[in-house]
Amino acid sequence: MIGVLSYLVFFSTVAAILSIAVLGLNLQWGNTGLFNGGVAAFFGAGAYGTLILARPAQEAQFGGFDIPYLVALAGGMAVAAALAWVVGRLTLRLRHDYLAIATFGVAVAFENVMRTTEWLSGGARGVRGFQRPLQDVIGAGLTYNLALLAFVLVLLALTYLFLERLVASPFGRLLRAIREDETAARSLGKSPARIRLTAFVAGSAIMGLAGGLYATTYAFISPQDILPILTFQIWAMLIVGGAGNNRGAILGAFTIWAAWTSSGWLLSRFAPSEAQLYTGTIQYILIGLVIVGMLLWRPQGLFPEKLVVSQSGRTNKPTKAGSVPS
Amino acid sequence: MAETVLETRGLTRDFGPFRAVDGVSLSVRRGTITGLIGPNGAGKSTLFNMLTGELRPSAGSVHLNGRDVTGLSPDAMFAAGMGRSFQIPRPFARMSVLENVMLAPLAQIGESLLGPFLSRKAMRAQEDAIRAKALSVLEFVTLGHLADHPAGKISGGQMKLLELARVLMGDPELILLDEPAAGVNPTLTGILIERIEELNRQGKTFVIIEHDMDFVMAHCDPVIALAEGRVVFEGTAAESQSNPILLDAYLGAMSDD
Repeated sequence: MIGVLSYLVFFSTVAAILSIAVLGLNLQWGNTGLFNGGVAAFFGAGAYGTLILARPAQEAQFGGFDIPYLVALAGGMAVAAALAWVVGRLTLRLRHDYLAIATFGVAVAFENVMRTTEWLSGGARGVRGFQRPLQDVIGAGLTYNLALLAFVLVLLALTYLFLERLVASPFGRLLRAIREDETAARSLGKSPARIRLTAFVAGSAIMGLAGGLYATTYAFISPQDILPILTFQIWAMLIVGGAGNNRGAILGAFTIWAAWTSSGWLLSRFAPSEAQLYTGTIQYILIGLVIVGMLLWRPQGLFPEKLVVSQSGRTNKPTKAGSVPS
Repeated sequence: MAETVLETRGLTRDFGPFRAVDGVSLSVRRGTITGLIGPNGAGKSTLFNMLTGELRPSAGSVHLNGRDVTGLSPDAMFAAGMGRSFQIPRPFARMSVLENVMLAPLAQIGESLLGPFLSRKAMRAQEDAIRAKALSVLEFVTLGHLADHPAGKISGGQMKLLELARVLMGDPELILLDEPAAGVNPTLTGILIERIEELNRQGKTFVIIEHDMDFVMAHCDPVIALAEGRVVFEGTAAESQSNPILLDAYLGAMSDD
């Protein structure tokens, strides 16, 4: 019984962390139409940033700043935001598919840099020596994991409320207008370039927060954690949940993470032993099928985007064509 | 106020070796509905795109109320007091008609990342004012009943009215319309013309590109005609009907009728 509870706590913690990353992607893609194909880089920047800032001094390793955990977590977000600002300045002129390719390349490059810069990231072995905050006070058992889950859920709630208020504001309206038709938005006095960069940096900082929390949960991060599959998983979560809808983003994260972990478990349990070797590959195929299937049969996702209507603060269900992805 | 709202001097645009607009100098008088006509390929759209900031001129200048606005970006042109519509309507399709219109006012408090959090009260008051104005502008263009519809689901003619409504939210004194009657059913064209003339009586100046000669003759005065990138005629609609150069340049293409 304790085992099941323990597992559920752990599962929920990771799913909630991934939800935060999906919310960040939703700001970029769902609201603004920015095709970020390099989610793993910004998630990774937050993860590495947080651990490197917070870890104690070690021989031949950059760091040892003795920075309080919460400051380090904010620092991780800042690293992700800074990376996004640089990448954004260089690539945001690009449209959809080109932006996706460019950011995908950034993510592959980021992973390789982390794999090779021993002094900074620990190379392929990953960042070691980080101790989770308050662990010596609370202890490492279920109590600690529950506290961590609560902390993650609070941050998920704050992120959700921040974004809900943001997309309901004139800023959110501006993001949607840029997503729908940049030329028309410009003809109405708006400056899409600046707004796109703002949304890209803000969304990436949120992904960085998710990365920082993920690394905290495991007290570890390595290049294996920021492979391209992470980007695909987070995209699948957004597409399944419903691009443009923050509640959909969270639902999608929990659904896909449940499907991912249970498919892994089922395969390892019931698949013939010759297939065991290919468990990961089979999961890749499954996630691809989920993305394609959703795009074919329910492109608006489980929770479609809502239409903002005349009564202040109210929204309506969109009509069918109101939610076809662009 | 000056008599002239918009003026171009020697406006020219090359596309490689091809000169689409060749030294166009024209002026648009305040309070007019000026028609811009010419056969296909005359350079109307290129000229229009230079006026609205979509295209940079190769040479020449554009002046709005005496101010040199040559080469300004489209958003700066809107801020300077020039609104425009598109030949093929560009609604924000997955946004409500109301949101389309509420987007347009300049300098909204909540248009920054932190604005909605730092100045909540002021933002809400401004939002209420913008919403009220948007609803009244939608009533004016007869789209009030569609406020809560997705803009991508209304008819082409209604989209043209929506574009006019969006532009009106910015209170421009000069409005450029690109083929407002093209592909629109006669009822909606009638409404559109009526609204344009009402706005014109209130003091707004219009420049209208239009292929439909009947439309231009009935509603535009003066008329400026382009052919092969140059101004070939400038005068009243009545004069234009009997002008031999214009007949040659423009109506020649329609002599099969």
